[in-house]
Amino acid sequence: MNWINAIIQGVLVGGLYAMYATGLSVSFGVMRLVNLAHGDLAVGSAFIASTFCLATGLSPFLAIFVVLPLSALVGIGLQVAVFNRVVGVDPSYQIVATFGLSIAIQNVLLQQYAANPRALNIGDFGNRSLKLVGDDVVIGLFPLSRFVVAVLVLVLLSLFIGRTRIGRAFRATSDDPDIARLMGVNIRSIYAVAFAIAITTVALAGIFNGMQTQFSAADGPALLIYAFESVIIGGLGSLWGTLCGGIILGIAQTIGAEIDPGWKQLIGHLVFLIVLLVRPMGIFGKDELR
Amino acid sequence: MSLLEVRNLSAGYGQFQALFDISLNLNEGAAIAVIGANGAGKSTLLKSIAGVVDVIFGEIIFDGESIVNLQPHERLNRGIALVPEGRRIFRSLTVDENLSIGAYSRRQGVWNRELVYEVFPMLAKLTDRRADKLSGGEQQALAIGRALMSNPRLLLLDEVSLGLAPIIVKKLYEILPRIRATGCSLIYVEQDTNQALSASEYAYCLLEGRVSLEGKPADLSREQIASAYFGIGVNK
Repeated sequence: MNWINAIIQGVLVGGLYAMYATGLSVSFGVMRLVNLAHGDLAVGSAFIASTFCLATGLSPFLAIFVVLPLSALVGIGLQVAVFNRVVGVDPSYQIVATFGLSIAIQNVLLQQYAANPRALNIGDFGNRSLKLVGDDVVIGLFPLSRFVVAVLVLVLLSLFIGRTRIGRAFRATSDDPDIARLMGVNIRSIYAVAFAIAITTVALAGIFNGMQTQFSAADGPALLIYAFESVIIGGLGSLWGTLCGGIILGIAQTIGAEIDPGWKQLIGHLVFLIVLLVRPMGIFGKDELR
Repeated sequence: MSLLEVRNLSAGYGQFQALFDISLNLNEGAAIAVIGANGAGKSTLLKSIAGVVDVIFGEIIFDGESIVNLQPHERLNRGIALVPEGRRIFRSLTVDENLSIGAYSRRQGVWNRELVYEVFPMLAKLTDRRADKLSGGEQQALAIGRALMSNPRLLLLDEVSLGLAPIIVKKLYEILPRIRATGCSLIYVEQDTNQALSASEYAYCLLEGRVSLEGKPADLSREQIASAYFGIGVNK
């Protein structure tokens, strides 16, 4: 039964990884932008949520409703101030700009919150669980709801991209930004919307992460790795692929931990490398957004 | 009444200047041809009118106003649509979605999905097909239909005949009078001179980024055109 438990936990953690990765998938899919500050933005959001909770005494779940609109604004601001200047030019500028942003965010967080880890306290909810098959299979209520939210976010995003006017413009811009501009699409505002979505989803992931484990100012790059691995395993630019990638990574890690607690990260990275070797374009790989 | 006037235009890409001192005029409702060899600057000229190439010097007046400083989408909103060289349809989108993007500007006019499908019957049965699964001729029809969805006053057609079978080219050119009948002016850019000249009232020939010959197609002799096109021969 331990194995079944491990797989179920892996799937549920995978939902969180997918949420980390969604923003990367969207920003790469729409504007071919790789944002190295992605993980730091997640950590930053968790700190802001924590500040909000300490100041008001309200639940972290309410903080979500404050932090997400704020992150959408931050996303638009960053796009206008920084990323519009590096989209569509030599990719090395993107690396420098987003790596710089990553360092800046980490240091602002260190300055502001020191190196002490924090956590978002969700009280009793974090300990509740469902017991199935005569108490042998245990599913944490919080990981389960987090997974459901992750899937819901992906469903909404997929409907948005697949069915709406702006979503169509997203895909057209992804196919051919120059021609999209010629068709009357203001690609800068498309980029701003895309980035707002990217930051909002990663902020949500950051808060959910903080509800389960401690986080500190320097955690961003490690989260970025999980996000990257999920995107690459699933295939660049495919939202459902990203969910699958997250789940595969999650299962690999929990199975690794089941074999030997020290192997959790190792097995995750190995599975990632194997996918990269066997199927470099990822499991659902296409070079477009769907 | 002049719809488009290009005055002493110089334009290029970064350090590379592709157009030198180009002037041309297009009256409302007219069709003109821009011919020339590969690399003469024809596509650059259309792209500078559409707004995706940097203008170094000169003026582009559309409907009485300078548009040199407008973004491509702002020019589209005023009624300038480009059918780009190589078709450049959105390949991951369906035929129907490509047309929807064409209508993104929400400019009002006679053109809509139904009319595009009526004019290009070959597209009507492919509405839900991904655009990269279309044949070359179908993609070209889609590229023209997509541009028409913005209800342009000026349609810029870049190398419509490129890479297509003569019979398909003939079919596409047969449709152009219907487009003009809606009051839309046209600029054809072609390497295939006969097709373009027969469909237009006035022609410009470009050579190495400069206008080497202009006139009504009927007044231009084959020798003149050959000389202006290749930069060799009698007039040199």
